[in-house]
Amino acid sequence: MSGVVAVIDYGMGNLHSVASALQHVGADKVLVTHDADEIRRADRVVFPGVGAIRDCMAEIRRLKCDELLAQALTEQHVPVLAICVGLQAMLTRSEENGGVDCLDMIPGEVRYFGNPLQDAAGRRLKVPHMGWNEVRQVTAHPLWQGIDDGARFYFVHSYYVHARERELVAGSVDYGVSIDAALARDNLFAVQFHPEKSADAGLQLLRNFIAWDGAA
Amino acid sequence: MGLARRIIPCLDVDRGRVVKGVNFVGIRDAGDPVEIAMRYNEQGADEITFLDITASHEERDTTVHTVEQIAEHVFIPLTVGGGIRSVGDIRSMLNAGADKVSINTAAIHNPELVRESAQRFGSQCIVVAIDAKRVDDVDGQPRWEIFTHGGRKPTGIDAVQWARKMAELGAGEILLTSMDRDGTKNGFELGVTRAITDAVEIPVIASGGVGNLDHLVQGVIEGGADAVLAASIFHFGEYTVPQAKAYMAEHGIEVRL
Repeated sequence: MSGVVAVIDYGMGNLHSVASALQHVGADKVLVTHDADEIRRADRVVFPGVGAIRDCMAEIRRLKCDELLAQALTEQHVPVLAICVGLQAMLTRSEENGGVDCLDMIPGEVRYFGNPLQDAAGRRLKVPHMGWNEVRQVTAHPLWQGIDDGARFYFVHSYYVHARERELVAGSVDYGVSIDAALARDNLFAVQFHPEKSADAGLQLLRNFIAWDGAA
Repeated sequence: MGLARRIIPCLDVDRGRVVKGVNFVGIRDAGDPVEIAMRYNEQGADEITFLDITASHEERDTTVHTVEQIAEHVFIPLTVGGGIRSVGDIRSMLNAGADKVSINTAAIHNPELVRESAQRFGSQCIVVAIDAKRVDDVDGQPRWEIFTHGGRKPTGIDAVQWARKMAELGAGEILLTSMDRDGTKNGFELGVTRAITDAVEIPVIASGGVGNLDHLVQGVIEGGADAVLAASIFHFGEYTVPQAKAYMAEHGIEVRL
């Protein structure tokens, strides 16, 4: 039983695809909301995000979604899944928009890919990093269950995460640089890719999330 | 190993129905975009592009509804293009479940729309569509110009310079259609594909003219395209998406299998 899954809505972008993917894999009830009571009562929390970090951070703070997220993580102790800009917002600081202070819930930086970007063979790589790339499962985790090591997930981003505590890295992907594709800490799993757009591998990850008890 | 080149089936949709004909074995109602999108999703397509060719503005609500239905059933990225003219149009498509919108003519009339929408919604969801046609210089040097109205109306704008400008304004991707090749089945116009992929840092989708699987391979290897878009070769069941991917992989192209 997944219970109620609250998808935190801070007004940036379309969250219906996250919600419908969760429903598709069998979530009992999905709420797209920034209502404090609804999130407080939820059995699981998803912290998504698309768009530019400065605007996202402004809305996250204005709607006090940072407090709700912190509460879900450390008081409710429910499983939390952060996606894309949701992950980036949890780091200390991002280089996007000339430099933006983020939530500092995970020590580390969000960096620009750099220009020009090249692979190991010296071939030019496009930015944004857009499309299906192979995620290496650095550590075993319940959310990787049933997903092949090296399975492809859909990415779309111009900035990438580098966590200071390297033991948090659960998944990694190479694109000219080594990107932290997934971070795991206690009841938090945070991914740079879009599971809701990653076909079977992504749906399996979401299925794992709604079955997860929040223990690593 | 790294990022896969993408294969993108394209649906041309008029008033909620796929046109140009689609002939999948086993599909009862071949014109239903939701059913067709689901079939491509099952085949392992990397994205789906939905091109709304509905002429009248009043019937656009049908499009929004169709996009909503596709987004409910298909868990790969969905790009919606055709008739996107304003920030409001973009917002309604994104809210309906599109992951990206493709802006074409409106970018020519109002390039600021690209900047404004990239700032508001993020570059990742702003695709600029370029319809290019070859118009060589007097000395025979290849040059490509942007055309509107289905390739009938020249704009005088150089396609390569335009692509650069769109990337600077914040476009996250270019959808390049060669109007000389569209519908011909003679393959992509590789000259303009290569010129634009070399000119910009953002990914480029090649479109227009695919008639066989070698054309897809050429688009990537010779044209340098990050993704290849095709309609009829998939619609009529000539090739499936897995066949296309297997063929590309045999030619050394990294694909998601």
